[in-house]
Amino acid sequence: MCVMENSQDDYPANKIIRLWDLPLGKSATVNSIQAEGITRRRMLDLGMVPGTIVEAIRVSPAGDPKAYRVRGAVIAFRKEEAHKILINFKGE
Amino acid sequence: MGLINQSCGIGAIKENFGKSQFSNADHVIALAGNPNTGKSTVFNALTGLNQHTGNWPGKTVLRAEGRYIHQGLIFKLIDLPGAYSLMANSMEEQVARDYLCFGRPDATVVVLDATCMERNLNLVLQVLEITSRVVICVNLVDEAERKKIQIDYHALAAELGVPVVPTAARDGVGLDKLVETVSGIATGRIETKPNVVRYKEEIEVAVRKLEPKIKKLIGEAFNARWVALRLLDKDQTVIAAVEQWLTRKDGVLTGMEGVVLA
Amino acid sequence: MSRGSLSTGLNELLKEANQLNPGGSLRLNDSMVSTIYSRAEEIAGRVVTREGKPNIDWDKKLDDILTSRFFGFPSMLLLLAVIFWITVAGANVPSKILATGLFWGQERLTELLYWLHAPAWVNGFFVEGIYRCLAWVVSVMLPPMAIFFPCFTLLEDMGYLPRIAFNLDNLFKKAGTHGKQSLTMSMGFGCNAAGVIACRIIESPRERLIAMLTNNFVPCNGRFPTLIALAGLLVMGVATSFGATIIVVGIVLFGIVTTLAVSWVLSKTLLKGVPSSFTLELPPYRKPQIGRIITRSIFDRTLFVLRRAVCVAAPAGAVIWLLANINIGGVSILAHAANWLDPFGQMLGMDGYIIMAFLLGLPANEIVMPILIMSYMATGSMIELDSLEALHRLFVGEHGWTWLTAVCMMLFSLLHYPCGTTLWTIFKESCSFKWTALAALIPLGVAITVCFVVAQTVRLLGWA
Ligand SMILES: Nc1nc2c(ncn2[C@@H]2O[C@H](COP(=O)(O)OP(=O)(O)O)[C@@H](O)[C@H]2O)c(=O)[nH]1
Ligand SMILES: [Mg+2]
Repeated sequence: MCVMENSQDDYPANKIIRLWDLPLGKSATVNSIQAEGITRRRMLDLGMVPGTIVEAIRVSPAGDPKAYRVRGAVIAFRKEEAHKILINFKGE
Repeated sequence: MGLINQSCGIGAIKENFGKSQFSNADHVIALAGNPNTGKSTVFNALTGLNQHTGNWPGKTVLRAEGRYIHQGLIFKLIDLPGAYSLMANSMEEQVARDYLCFGRPDATVVVLDATCMERNLNLVLQVLEITSRVVICVNLVDEAERKKIQIDYHALAAELGVPVVPTAARDGVGLDKLVETVSGIATGRIETKPNVVRYKEEIEVAVRKLEPKIKKLIGEAFNARWVALRLLDKDQTVIAAVEQWLTRKDGVLTGMEGVVLA
Repeated sequence: MSRGSLSTGLNELLKEANQLNPGGSLRLNDSMVSTIYSRAEEIAGRVVTREGKPNIDWDKKLDDILTSRFFGFPSMLLLLAVIFWITVAGANVPSKILATGLFWGQERLTELLYWLHAPAWVNGFFVEGIYRCLAWVVSVMLPPMAIFFPCFTLLEDMGYLPRIAFNLDNLFKKAGTHGKQSLTMSMGFGCNAAGVIACRIIESPRERLIAMLTNNFVPCNGRFPTLIALAGLLVMGVATSFGATIIVVGIVLFGIVTTLAVSWVLSKTLLKGVPSSFTLELPPYRKPQIGRIITRSIFDRTLFVLRRAVCVAAPAGAVIWLLANINIGGVSILAHAANWLDPFGQMLGMDGYIIMAFLLGLPANEIVMPILIMSYMATGSMIELDSLEALHRLFVGEHGWTWLTAVCMMLFSLLHYPCGTTLWTIFKESCSFKWTALAALIPLGVAITVCFVVAQTVRLLGWA
């Protein structure tokens, strides 16, 4: 899996990272989904299409899953699923 | 309301697939929508029954039937499990999908959560591909108000091309209007012109090629555009259903296996 | 049109569709979902307006506590404990009143029959058999249910259940199952048959079966009163309803641990596999309509329990009375059977009568306790039984119970096997004799093992 970095100076660094690594309280846009089959369909159905804004809002007390705000709804993904979603993140 | 007679004990497995409880109904109305938008609450309010409701996605897993009478006509109402989309991913979604696609109700009420319109419209747009006899019920408007969300219902109706009724089902607000509109659609008094989604050109080209052939093969039984899209998508359940329908028709036509298969 | 030509037509269509989208090169599904969502976005953008933020974001505030790292689990435990405490403490008084009233009714019925010069067996069969069993079920079952269900429904309507799933998911993942299993377990608290049906929300067949097979480890409404009564017996004279609550909570937690353990074993053996994908929506909290919840669930429940009691407890009472009063060789059938089962019962820390009550209670768990009481009374001298103290005298005084007997019976009740209705539901849902049989045998195996180990250890250590 490639992690590209945008090196243009005048833009904030725009990294492609995994959804799971999105810090709590931060937003990013969906880049692509790497899952296949039913998992992919389910994610698409929930509105995780490229370009969608997602915000990491909380993590379960057990550390997994994490909850994200997607199109006005709050959806929890396990680590395995959140790993399969790549996002464009303009880091701090 | 949770855990009541209907959802417990032997009542839990009462489900009537295929054969109908109320065969004397004048019109059949389906209730569809995302999970947790208040479908069962609308169902209970209209039929006076007690389907399980509660604030979590997934409490309705079976199809329930009830009825109400409006202006002397008997309406059979079908409460479906919630679905995020019509590309069934789970058992409960399949129950909903199969009914909408192959049950052919006289009208479909799509119940929306006013606080989460974008996600809910995804399902609406998919339903509009199957049938034009749709009423949009924007529910939970009290919650939306509390969250300071405002919705322009006229604009929504114009965008979709089907009637829109705002409701707060738990308090019975807007249900009279809903019943009125449903009856208008079911009896054909209200005409709709749904604005279906146009896909990218390659897909539309393929659909245009398939559509007339599908119409010729299966007539008006299913929406040809929708079947074309499903065939292109290689949706196995839809292909199987169409196949089954055709075999049955074949049997009837030749008069050989009609009795057995029909 | 010749036979089969329509199907041929379909095949040609499929072929053509395949050519139009060779090897799925159009990425049809992705592209369609994207198009639909961008249209949805467009429409929503035009028709929805937000006038600023709401004053207080209750969802965030509540979730910050209920799913927080530090308070997430403690608040779950606390909520569970509070609900049980309200149930245990609140059920005491109405239970007593109902019992007093109903047993007063029994005496009047007996007097009436005496006045009518009815034969003795009529009074025995109808009053001491059927009526007494009904009275027991009603006075023991009704109050806890009438309190527990509104409380539970309150949490459900508020939107707390998905938070439980969110908090506990990691445990279920480690057990190789689906996080939504905790939702099906929550349903099981009401009724295991409902819990089994709820398993349909789990997409993967493997995980759904695991959830169905282990739903029994959540005590359903039929077993709660038994657990509560036994917990009350255990702490009698030592502590109050507070102590009983702690015991009941402990039992429920033990059930949850067992669920996880059995799920884990199943997902490593019979139902091998990796956890499937998990997505769960956490809906916003909603203000529940307290008044309506209370009236509806009490009203609905009351009628439900009464109806079920009449259907199951009445014949059970009759059967027990017959078994206790038909003698073979000077000893009643009931005593024969109980004696025969006694060694097995003793091995598990209980006695033959208790095992028999569980066997006869297969149709519905709520009648286990009444059956036990009736069979004890049929062989004992006590006629009236209208309080926990009386129960204590009957069990401890006349039938030699120790605290170990109560603990083992609680454990067995928690674990043993699903009631007949639930088994039937499992059969309907799985369409398989094998899984239905396992749904009974696995819990039975667990129950026997646990009770055996507990009883033998305690006896070995000389604690009881
Ligand atoms: N505030 C409010 N709550 C509602 C309304 N309609 C339904 N609810 C609640 O929303 C939750 C979900 O409703 P339900 O009918 O079970 O949804 P379903 O999954 O679509 O069948 C329940 O807790 C209802 O009490 C409404 O109009 N206003
Ligand atoms: Mg529902």
